[in-house]
Amino acid sequence: MAQRTIEIIVGLFMIAGLAALLFLALQVSGLSPKAAEETYTLYANFNDTGGLRPRGRVSMAGVTIGTIDSITLDKDTFQARVAMSIHASVDNIPADSAAVIRTSGLLGEQYIDISVGGDLESLKDGDTFYSTQSAMNLERLIGNFASGR
Amino acid sequence: MLDRIAALGRLTLAVVASLGRSGRFLAGVLAGVPSPSTGFPLLVRQIYAVGVLSLAIVVVSGLFIGMVLGLQGYTILTDYGSEAAIGQMIALTLVRELGPVVTALLFAGRAGSALTAEIGLMKATEQLSSMEMMGVDPLRRVIAPRLWAGFIAMPVLALIFSVVGVWGGMLVGVDWLGVYEGSFWGNMQSSVDFMDDVMNGVIKSVVFGFVCAWIAVYQGYDCVPTSAGISSATTKTVVYSSLAVLGLDFVLTAVMFGDF
Repeated sequence: MAQRTIEIIVGLFMIAGLAALLFLALQVSGLSPKAAEETYTLYANFNDTGGLRPRGRVSMAGVTIGTIDSITLDKDTFQARVAMSIHASVDNIPADSAAVIRTSGLLGEQYIDISVGGDLESLKDGDTFYSTQSAMNLERLIGNFASGR
Repeated sequence: MLDRIAALGRLTLAVVASLGRSGRFLAGVLAGVPSPSTGFPLLVRQIYAVGVLSLAIVVVSGLFIGMVLGLQGYTILTDYGSEAAIGQMIALTLVRELGPVVTALLFAGRAGSALTAEIGLMKATEQLSSMEMMGVDPLRRVIAPRLWAGFIAMPVLALIFSVVGVWGGMLVGVDWLGVYEGSFWGNMQSSVDFMDDVMNGVIKSVVFGFVCAWIAVYQGYDCVPTSAGISSATTKTVVYSSLAVLGLDFVLTAVMFGDF
């Protein structure tokens, strides 16, 4: 076969490889080409974060409105301090809203759900949620039930 | 008894000497980079022989492996009512493991054996020694393009394999078994990470491509120049490549994903 034809076929082959990489990046791993959305940070203190992980999602009414940045221990109160990046477009979360740790499905990952409050004031960058509800711990629940408390 | 111990020693020495020769051979090939004007057309021709011609078997196996993953995953996951996680399962298995490993095994069988047989026959018919007589370095002219071609073609083939596999899994899972398409892709996208999963798979396939091509060209170059020698060298290529790929896969997986 002529060298030229082979070069073209090999070129197509390499393009197919690049297209495959692009497909894996965009469609399979969901890497979006658009610039990262503007966010602001909110904090919440929990007694028990259970299986919550950084990069987990923060949702409101089932819609993802942000991600969990970091989970650290507050040495003074012995509580877990969770930092969340909330999309800047959601800038009217009422100040008395509660952050609740929930599990998606029976075996699914844990995420933070924000139950909306009724306050007219809204949370600003760097604010902390006043009321939180920790992860439901099945073993403790069964333990409490068994000991009759 | 003494004879046997002596034979064992000879065998060990032969294996070590062969490893040493392959290392020197590799150094010779990598050092002797041909000039771009003569080397590039040779490289393109070899990528065609090694990569493009392997495309058919890779695409067909990728499609069927993806479809089988879809079927198996559905029957297992549907017991837990979580068949929507099928996309995540298919993508992770393909991108992390099956893509690089199965492609490398197919590559060793399809392209590696052909490389060994070709170079072995060149050696048996004394084409390599006549090249040396003419002042052409066979390592540069014959071996280097083949080694580089395997090195370049293998990641491309593995990527295509993964994509076709995901598509085959979607064909079975979504179109046939009726998993909701949105949760198929959504689960997949939320669990597959580009750097941790896709790029680690690419790194694996680069390593496998290098090892497979190295074993194939070395076995051809080092074979006993008879018809029996060529046939045993071809067998060795496939066996050693497969073992090396599976063994290296464990090591690489432990390094990449084993940070518990």
